[in-house]
Amino acid sequence: MSSLLIAEQVLNGLQSGIMLFLMAAGLTLIFGVMGLINLAHGSLYMIGAFAAAAVAGATGSFLLALVAALIAAACAGAIVEMVVIRRLYHAPHLDQVLATFALILIFSEGTRWVFGSFPLFLDIPEALSGPVTLPGGIQYPLYRLALIGAGLAVAAGLWFLTARTRIGIQIRAGENDREMIAALGVDISKLYTLVFALGAGLAGLAGALVGAIQSVQVGMGEPVLILAFVVIVIGGIGSIKGAFIGALLVGLTDTLGGIFLPELFKLFMAPDAATQTGSALASMAIYILMSLVLIWRPSGLFGVRL
Amino acid sequence: MIGERYLNLLVLAALMAVPLWALAADEPFTITLATRAVILALAAVGLNIALGMGGLVSLGHAVFFGLGGYAMGILASHAQSYTPLELFGLTIEGTKSMPVIWLTAIIISALAAWGIGLLSLRTSGVYFIMITLAFGQMFYYFAISWSAYGGEDGLSIYVRNGFPGLNTLVPIEYFGLCFAVLCLALLLNARLQGSPFGLALNAARQVPARVETVGLDPMRLKLLAFVLSGAITGLAGALFADLNRFVSPTMFSWQLSGELIVLIVIGGVGRLMGPVIGACLFVTLEHWLGGITEFWHVFLGAILLLIVLFARGGIVGLLTGKEGPHV
Amino acid sequence: MSNPILATHGLCKSFGALKATEDVSIDLRHGEIHAIIGPNGAGKSTLIQQISGALRPDAGTIELLGHDVTRLTTQARARAGLGRTFQVSALAMEDTVLENVLLGALGASGRPWRFWRSVHADKTQKETALAALERVGLADAKDQRTADLSHGQRRQLEVAVALTLTPRAFLMDEPMAGLGASGSKQMTGFLDGLRDEAPILLVEHDMDAVFALADRISVLVYGRIIATGSVDDIRNDAAVRAAYLGEDA
Repeated sequence: MSSLLIAEQVLNGLQSGIMLFLMAAGLTLIFGVMGLINLAHGSLYMIGAFAAAAVAGATGSFLLALVAALIAAACAGAIVEMVVIRRLYHAPHLDQVLATFALILIFSEGTRWVFGSFPLFLDIPEALSGPVTLPGGIQYPLYRLALIGAGLAVAAGLWFLTARTRIGIQIRAGENDREMIAALGVDISKLYTLVFALGAGLAGLAGALVGAIQSVQVGMGEPVLILAFVVIVIGGIGSIKGAFIGALLVGLTDTLGGIFLPELFKLFMAPDAATQTGSALASMAIYILMSLVLIWRPSGLFGVRL
Repeated sequence: MIGERYLNLLVLAALMAVPLWALAADEPFTITLATRAVILALAAVGLNIALGMGGLVSLGHAVFFGLGGYAMGILASHAQSYTPLELFGLTIEGTKSMPVIWLTAIIISALAAWGIGLLSLRTSGVYFIMITLAFGQMFYYFAISWSAYGGEDGLSIYVRNGFPGLNTLVPIEYFGLCFAVLCLALLLNARLQGSPFGLALNAARQVPARVETVGLDPMRLKLLAFVLSGAITGLAGALFADLNRFVSPTMFSWQLSGELIVLIVIGGVGRLMGPVIGACLFVTLEHWLGGITEFWHVFLGAILLLIVLFARGGIVGLLTGKEGPHV
Repeated sequence: MSNPILATHGLCKSFGALKATEDVSIDLRHGEIHAIIGPNGAGKSTLIQQISGALRPDAGTIELLGHDVTRLTTQARARAGLGRTFQVSALAMEDTVLENVLLGALGASGRPWRFWRSVHADKTQKETALAALERVGLADAKDQRTADLSHGQRRQLEVAVALTLTPRAFLMDEPMAGLGASGSKQMTGFLDGLRDEAPILLVEHDMDAVFALADRISVLVYGRIIATGSVDDIRNDAAVRAAYLGEDA
């Protein structure tokens, strides 16, 4: 196996990890601040992708499509927060699970109703299509490289937002002490809506960005949602840093496992059986990673100790 | 308002009457629907032990349902092709005998529940939910990539497996068999509720610190509840596979895990008959709304939202006017 | 002098820079009530949690009946004879009063792994449970839902559950908390007679109760024991007056 292939797969892993981070960051923020487990986060991802596909289809502009994805998902998030989620902050986890599960059903079938069951396609913009040659002679799709760049930029922005701005200070205060920030005169219900919309917007953006390299279809959100849960369990709930590290670990493990495990098994098995066993095991690799983290640190790499 | 005991008997009687009526009216499809409700109820009765008594919000119970299903699929497919199953140097003959398949399903699911429980119970709350969901997905993808048993396409079994003394291919006989298994599981559940284990488990859900200070280990209690729960759901999976004569990775899907919780909540969490009422209603809705519109899940979602926000005790809570356990 | 029933040696526990307990050594002797008092935030609950097993100390050891239990879990300590009550009642609110004490009896038997027979079938356990209710005066309320009990009754039930374990030492976290004057007096009378069964390590805010009950008092301030002695010793201790009563006044 060539080092070029390895480098390419590492880049693929990074790319999928960074997109996962966009999902996981919103989830972990929402849990950290409001204590809510949101299964419908994957629906917001899907809404972003569909909004992008619809706008790109109508206008032909990828940039407008991204803006639409962000706005549509953030608005959907804000509305859902104000109508349903708000009633669940003090409810038991079971209620949160059920209500957000109900939201998935409504969003998924509702989208199928409007857009039909066939996948939509979102084209990579002209300017970003085609491969580029990286140092060392690696041919790599420019769009995927742009995804890595965009994701890193969002991560940096998120860091800046939470660490350096007034609203970020309020958000962090909200994680630690709700009464305190209410006492300081911050309108907590507005803050919650804002955080929820921010998380939703990130999910929508991720949906649109990934939608261009996969197909845009109903049900696309939930597998990503569950991967994002794995990320959060590994990184520690409520920690954005944990979400970042966890997302990269999961992205790399998933991508590299799929390539290397079958190869590894070929060393001591018949090629046919090796491919089968290897790919079956590769599909479990990230969950095995999660189990190991759980055994080592039950509350995740950067989580508060339980 | 109605006493819970009467309600329970009423539900069981109705559940038995519907297929008998269908038999008289020559509507075999209704019998199949009723069988489907009974099997889903059995799966949810299993989950209700973990959820209602142990307070464990498991979003991965489809794992056990799927394992039960694949236990049936794998054993029966080997019997069907007359090839033994080679596993770790052991040679296992396939079988078409339900009791053997059921036992296998129970053992495999219990083992899986033990492993998953051991890992997931190191945490609690939201972590537990996410981890069980993740393990569910792991089995789902594993089933998809495991091409030896059909991979994504699943596995068809041509003849229904046998049970001594019954012709399982006759819909009403298979219904009776499933119904009997459900009744046994309900009896076990009822005994469990009033047993020392049930008392300790219920307390472990409400006040784990208290359970520790009387010298019991809440984690071990919950783990055992999870294993029992998984085993029953696994058995339901085997019955479900036999009903459809087909297994596929969708038996492992997270939607199914979610739907099992939904069944329980519609009926009433921690209530003996909650899962049964929930399953009957679910199958009825699925059939009736599904006949009206392809997008019936939208309405299911709306109903569910209303129940969560306004009727926490589910149907049993509404009918008996009594609060159930809090999870 | 006989060996202490329960003893801590140099217990330390810090949370970050905060030293919640620092070098705490106390003992509980046969037949006595040893009260731990101290202002809010002195580290009383941290100490209780370490003794009960909910928190692991950073340094130091805990001995129960001459055995080192420092590394044992809460449930192992309970089985070894430590009977704990909680400051905020930790009861199964959905269950009946009787079921709560049955849980204690069940824990004492160490056999919760019965799935088929009724929890009421074991006559010995049921007698233990009923006897405990009788002693705290809750026998009439046995079939009530615990959530429907008054605050005072919950405090009594809290003690009754500990009684079912027939512990060798009691660890009581503010049993008077939230009781009115008459309830407090009743509880004081009850605990007074209990010390002959097993000694009590009593953390309590109610000074009337402490002065009425305690054979010895230890004063905890900022995580340290600043004095241990009889009621009179403590009343007259200059350091205690300065640190504790001074702050109270």
